[in-house]
Amino acid sequence: MQHRTASTTEDDHVYLSLAESDSGPEGEGRWAYGTGFADPLLGVDTALPPGLDGDDLAAYCLMLGDDALVLAQRLIEWCTRAPELEEEVALANLGLDLLGQARLLLTRAGQADGTGRTEDDLAYWREDHEFRNVRLVETPNGDFAYSIARLLLFATARGALYEALAAHPDPVLAAVAARGVKELAYHREYATAWTLRLGDGTPYSAQRMQAGLDAVWPLLEELFTAHPVELRAGVDPARLREPVLRSLGAVLAEAGLTVPDVPPLAPVLGRAGRHGVHTEALGPLLAELQVVARAHPGATW
Amino acid sequence: MTESKADSKAGSKAGSKTGWPLYEVFVRPRRGLNHVHVGSLHAADDRMALLAARDLYTRRNEGVSLWVVRSDAITASTPDERDPFFEPSGDKVYRHPTFYDIPEDVPHI
Amino acid sequence: MVTAEVAEAVPDRTAEERFEAVVAAEQRIEPRDWMPDAYRATLIRQIAQHAHSEIIGMQPEGNWLTRAPSLRRKAILLAKAQDEAGHGLYLYAAAETLGVDRAELTEKLISGRQKYSSIFNYPTLTFADVGVIGWLVDGAAICNQVPLCRCSYGPYARAMVRICKEESFHQRQGYELLMTLMRGTEAQRRMVQDAVDRWWWPSLMMFGPSDAESPNTARSMAWRIKRHTNDELRQRFVDMTVPQAQHLGVTLPDPELRWNEERGGWDFGEPDWSELTRVIHGQGPCNTQRVERRRAAHEDGAWVREAAVAYAAKRAAEQPHTEEENGK
Repeated sequence: MQHRTASTTEDDHVYLSLAESDSGPEGEGRWAYGTGFADPLLGVDTALPPGLDGDDLAAYCLMLGDDALVLAQRLIEWCTRAPELEEEVALANLGLDLLGQARLLLTRAGQADGTGRTEDDLAYWREDHEFRNVRLVETPNGDFAYSIARLLLFATARGALYEALAAHPDPVLAAVAARGVKELAYHREYATAWTLRLGDGTPYSAQRMQAGLDAVWPLLEELFTAHPVELRAGVDPARLREPVLRSLGAVLAEAGLTVPDVPPLAPVLGRAGRHGVHTEALGPLLAELQVVARAHPGATW
Repeated sequence: MTESKADSKAGSKAGSKTGWPLYEVFVRPRRGLNHVHVGSLHAADDRMALLAARDLYTRRNEGVSLWVVRSDAITASTPDERDPFFEPSGDKVYRHPTFYDIPEDVPHI
Repeated sequence: MVTAEVAEAVPDRTAEERFEAVVAAEQRIEPRDWMPDAYRATLIRQIAQHAHSEIIGMQPEGNWLTRAPSLRRKAILLAKAQDEAGHGLYLYAAAETLGVDRAELTEKLISGRQKYSSIFNYPTLTFADVGVIGWLVDGAAICNQVPLCRCSYGPYARAMVRICKEESFHQRQGYELLMTLMRGTEAQRRMVQDAVDRWWWPSLMMFGPSDAESPNTARSMAWRIKRHTNDELRQRFVDMTVPQAQHLGVTLPDPELRWNEERGGWDFGEPDWSELTRVIHGQGPCNTQRVERRRAAHEDGAWVREAAVAYAAKRAAEQPHTEEENGK
């Protein structure tokens, strides 16, 4: 097959011509393409402060990191399924925020317990019962209303927790929390706005939104139920109950929705997500998350 | 990046019955610079437009401030008005500082 | 406005001459300028197809998002899929400046009346496909798209500038992933070669049929919508990719591939054009599932979009009539 040699033009080297388009009136300045990507841990001392129990700190970071990782995985499942293209972009941003938190927290867990396990060791090579996330984040996505209801509950509670944790004696956890406060504030605003739109939109959307809330509400209580590690290494989540419920109540009232009157989802032998006792939904989620990594032990990606 | 639909010949169709109305997005890249038009998006209300603009147009740290405005709220000049609008300023050379000859040895001017 | 419409209704010699002069002078046509109907129609078709490709293109890679084997790769892939949604949005917005509505274009996509790039009708079978798509498919896309940054239609050209900048990250992350896999285990290297074998020919076909079979090329080039012929771009892609393949240590599945000293380029074999024709006509491995997924998302989301409209209408009805107050 005979081909003409491509003519020599400014398109010949793609990156060169991209660089060229940076100058001139239609160039870089016009698009204000940002550059400043800050490392959230820049300048933060990663040495374990004296007086902190490394195992407790590690277990606590796993709890928070697993929450973020598992919810990120659920948000990722929305990709190519969102109700509008603008929401594709928005949901991916939420997922990226949570994934970023998860990576920092799992890394910290591996440092704090002295095992040196990496974020990937912890994400891909633990069994279901070793995951310490609350059950709220692992249930299947349901419809958009259920996912928004879950996000509203999680973002409200986690934002409040991160606010308290920004003063944690571990500088790494404090830095992750300080950054997370801003991210969760945005997640909460996003979830709040959609709760209002669905709750006070069409009769059908109001019905779906209420159903989503009713379904997710039994999982809320677990966010306020302290595991001993949380009491020793972090913030007593029971402290969050009152402000979080007040905040949620205000949103639901404005949306014309009813605060569900449902009992909490029962634990098993008094144990739930923080103890590694989960719903049936976590196993398949982790099987999918881990399948490629586990098929190639020792491989680098 | 793209022009407003108000800027197109079908501008009156902005906000059709089926979809969300079109908004134009302006980003201030950093303090000290003007907001610049960067593109458009669809949103059901102003707040949604602002959040979507944040998610879509500043995902690489492109800005410190955002404006959104409904495309159908923009009044634009038409190409046919180009001559009456913009030609008359073309010959007012006396408005430009280089019109005036100042001896080179006069300082600070 | 009235005069503008008259200028379009009647073939206005002056307007047409002005259009030709702007294009010939390498300046940009802007949305409210007069333009030939065929120019408008060509652009709408091309930009819509391009936008659809970005949106459908999220699916093959999205297929690996939940299974990405490291958290870093998961974050990169999610950011990439998100960029593709963003690029689709930029492009739909550019199309809308030509007087069409995004909802109409979406309808045409899910009813099969508008096409998207056939490359996305192939399945992604291993995680190496993610890297190969970044390297070959995004590499080919960049070859196609960089010249479009100088397209005569302003909104399309400006969208392309932004997209090309973002896309260069996509190609580089793909190549970096493949380099990592090639340094890895034997199984990982086999995955890469297998993926290259499956994606090479479809990537070459992304540039469209050969020039002799591409009747619209001449007109699009005269209008400065297109800058180079399909064969020129394909050649450029091959010349760019072969040394990258050598560096990577993979074999491109073309026995006819050899350096032509005389013309300073790589000779390569003829793609199976009958396969491209079949895929374009809906008989690729994934045509049905890709469109079906997009349709399902659009239809499942209808109640959500309607709720948002209803909510906005309620809030607007509550607002005091500020226009009257301002008018005083």
